[in-house]
Amino acid sequence: MKNDAIKMITALAVVGILSGISLVFVYNYATPKIKINVRNETHRAIGDIFPDGSDIEPMKGDEEMFSVKDKSGKLLGYAIIAEGNGYQGAIKMIAGVAGDFKTMKGMEVLDSQETPGLGAEIANKPFTGQFNGLEITHEIEYVKNKKPSEPYQIEAITGATISSRAVVNILNDSIDKARKAMKGNQ
Amino acid sequence: MIKDFTKGLWKENPIFVQVLGMCPTLAVTTKALFGLSMGLATTFVIVCSSVVVSLIRRFVPAQVRIPMFTVIIATFVTAADYFLKANFYQISKALGPYVPLIVVNCIILGRAEAYASKNNVARSFLDALGMGIGFTCALIILGSVRELLGGGAVFGYQLMCPGFTKWVIMILPAGAFLTLGLLIGLFNVINSNLEKQKQQVR
Repeated sequence: MKNDAIKMITALAVVGILSGISLVFVYNYATPKIKINVRNETHRAIGDIFPDGSDIEPMKGDEEMFSVKDKSGKLLGYAIIAEGNGYQGAIKMIAGVAGDFKTMKGMEVLDSQETPGLGAEIANKPFTGQFNGLEITHEIEYVKNKKPSEPYQIEAITGATISSRAVVNILNDSIDKARKAMKGNQ
Repeated sequence: MIKDFTKGLWKENPIFVQVLGMCPTLAVTTKALFGLSMGLATTFVIVCSSVVVSLIRRFVPAQVRIPMFTVIIATFVTAADYFLKANFYQISKALGPYVPLIVVNCIILGRAEAYASKNNVARSFLDALGMGIGFTCALIILGSVRELLGGGAVFGYQLMCPGFTKWVIMILPAGAFLTLGLLIGLFNVINSNLEKQKQQVR
């Protein structure tokens, strides 16, 4: 009986240790690549929102916000990393806003765990395109199954209202926060 | 030997016959590409874990075999997840939480317990490869049907005429159950016809 117990513990311990060691190698191999992927993704998304943006600088003391300038150094706007809860997990987006914080320049989804084929459509052009030029002097709102009638409204995705609502709420929160932070700086 | 490989493709197909691993089957098959990538990731895990389990089968105390198999499977799943994130970032993002969830796919634990822990490495490898490919094919078929009816395309190629009304229900969870049920039915019809032909030949 005692022998059995020792056997079991040894077997489990050996498997656990070997598994841990091999995962360390996998982790060391993959983590730098994943970091580069994430960074490229962020810069690509900012580039999609600001096609003329060539100078992307993180704001002072704020990792979550970038100022975007064109070649001549003129400010095009700000890119804000907006994160919050979606339907099945966190949604991470980039919100591009004009320098005066009156309209949006666009939105790109970096990371989401929404249902493939449904909620995941929040990352595709038919949905994200709606945010280009959207007014943000009023809170962003969503409408269902009809075309938006106000300049601050977007149309939710059929079958994915919760994901669409989550996007709108996260954007409202993040833009509001960023606007306050900007005022505090001045 | 050859039968170890081919049985997973048709006679003991993990989805249409064993009806195992339904969680990823139903959840990710909204598009054919997702079915393919999910199938390949699962095939990798099932082959690696079956080989390892078969290699160590003589050293595994019977009382703790399930936790040991689970740790082995989880190791390969984590490796597959990191590999996809590092090299196929877009696909990894599309599959979202379903790659880590391969851990709980009962096809893999099922093959480890029912086959690899009792057979030699070569046979276990063929068995796992057959099951993995059978699983992948089934996911591609499911994904293609759902993508075609729900989005008018297969692997992103538009196949339906422009006026086609998309059946949104096909990419909703209900569409997964409908498609799976009909495909299993079709599979059984084909199988019973084959049986009849065999009997007539005799």
